[in-house]
Amino acid sequence: MTLVPLPTRPTRRRRRLTVPEATALLLAVFFLLAAVAPHWVAPGDPLAIDPLSAFQPSSWAHPFGTDESGRDIFTRVVHGTGTSLVIGLAATAIGLGLGIVLGTLAGMLGPVVDFAVNRVVEVLFAFPGLLLALVFILIFGPGVVTSTIAVGLSTAPGYARIIRAQLISVRRSAFVEAATVLGLRRTQILTRHILPNTLAPLFVLGTLGIGQAIVWAATLSYLGLGAEPPTAEWGAMLSAGRTYITSAWWMSFFPGLFIVLTAVTATVLGRALDRRLRHA
Amino acid sequence: MQGRGVRVLARLGGAVFVLWMVATVTFFAVRLIPGDPAEAALGGPGSQASAEALAAVRAEFGLDQPLLTQYLQQLQRLATGDLGRSYAQGIDVGPLVLSQLGGTLLIAVLALTLAWLLALGLSTWSTRGGRLATSIGSGLEIVAAALPHFWLATALIVVFSIWLGVLPPISTAGVAGLVLPVITLAVPLAGFLGQIMRESLLDALESPFVLSARARGESERGVRRIHAVRHAALPAISLSGWAFGSLISGAVVVETIFARPGLGRTLLSAVTARDVPVVIGVVMLVAVVYILMTLLTDLASRLADPRLAERSAHEHGRSERGQAARGRTRG
Repeated sequence: MTLVPLPTRPTRRRRRLTVPEATALLLAVFFLLAAVAPHWVAPGDPLAIDPLSAFQPSSWAHPFGTDESGRDIFTRVVHGTGTSLVIGLAATAIGLGLGIVLGTLAGMLGPVVDFAVNRVVEVLFAFPGLLLALVFILIFGPGVVTSTIAVGLSTAPGYARIIRAQLISVRRSAFVEAATVLGLRRTQILTRHILPNTLAPLFVLGTLGIGQAIVWAATLSYLGLGAEPPTAEWGAMLSAGRTYITSAWWMSFFPGLFIVLTAVTATVLGRALDRRLRHA
Repeated sequence: MQGRGVRVLARLGGAVFVLWMVATVTFFAVRLIPGDPAEAALGGPGSQASAEALAAVRAEFGLDQPLLTQYLQQLQRLATGDLGRSYAQGIDVGPLVLSQLGGTLLIAVLALTLAWLLALGLSTWSTRGGRLATSIGSGLEIVAAALPHFWLATALIVVFSIWLGVLPPISTAGVAGLVLPVITLAVPLAGFLGQIMRESLLDALESPFVLSARARGESERGVRRIHAVRHAALPAISLSGWAFGSLISGAVVVETIFARPGLGRTLLSAVTARDVPVVIGVVMLVAVVYILMTLLTDLASRLADPRLAERSAHEHGRSERGQAARGRTRG
């Protein structure tokens, strides 16, 4: 008989996938497949027009209906996955990259650099949300590449702030203090202790950020500043569907549904990753 | 209190600095735009402006001066509130932009309030219920946060304007015209705020001050209302500056879709028409409002959390070490 509760071993339960996580994983596999090999998922041609079957609602032949030129929306949405994912990934990479540079400078190089970087980040924050992206597009003109860079740029200050805070809290933590007391060299402390503990949360941030980046990039396309309408990109498809909204709601609904699904998938996976990394 | 006075001055100085930098960045960034600004002022390359007309415009906007002089002149004009003249509309930017501010602020404030209420309601309801309620709550929040404004707006128009015919698809002057734009802006924001509030609410419910309140025999409702909710609101309050930014981006979309006059629509049409003075005007105005918002949220967090005010009055290092210790136990 024990009065003190036995120290419980970490059970395997925590590692098991929950239902939303499993669903998100399946969706992620589907999106990746659609991005890498769209012809396997939807064999048709996303640009093939068929004026006789324009504006058809959902049916067995056209599960998501057809658009004003009779193009199959399902095929177009599937073929747009690659574009949207690449834009989302690239924008997140740009944002995180800039954020890492700024955050590391601020977190590691002492108070003067920290002060300067903080002011830069503050100024960037004064162009909130899409404002920075819009100014960037004003200067460099609309298009897929500029809108991707623009989205990356507008997410950078947020990442920089989080990374700086993470670096500083790791630097002040007990294990770094212990390593310093033990007389480890600075580079060793940096590469062995500080960086691994700062980088792990970055995966989480990145995963969570992809969904948001896809939404923002699609927003720019929708506003006519990103991908141009004949392209099978989700935001551009929605923008094209806007004209026919009274009669053909499916033209707008399904591309938007895919945007929401990718964003939700990214969030659920990001959180799952976060839980596992934190309790690892 | 001398210390407080110094702090307030430092904050104000910081705000002025940020505004100055915003003006500087936009001034030099705009010079990167390819093409002749004088030509842009006359309607772009297609206008076939004569050399005399171009020279006249250059003289009028000071474009024939050296860059540094132009920069100083621009700062001087900004300091007196003169934002220049719109290329496309030929009217002063200051009054134009200010006249658009009201409409945007109205939907932004309404949306922020609605988002707060939704987030508060959802997170308190779902943390009180069982596991099912928690799953439903966090599921709703994640989906809401993932909804793009333009898609939500389209869906709302299809359902409420086209199918049910109860609300106007484009914004009319009355209250009915406000409903759909405000819901469109509020729902994604509520998703974000709700996620954050739930985390901090759960944190708060496990904290020592809630335990001691329970030990004093306070009712569950009292514990939640007085202690936990207030604690949970803190991170969401400090995010309100960020929330305002997301509302401004949302306003660009919502005002365009619902054909509402406002800053967002003005900004978008200025960006598409490359109407540089209007873009600068909107950016400066948004920066001013944003900075005011962050100052206000700072104040609000201090009011909601007396510890913050005390902490900054004492020596700074101690609290930071305390925070690091808290970070350790959680990590």
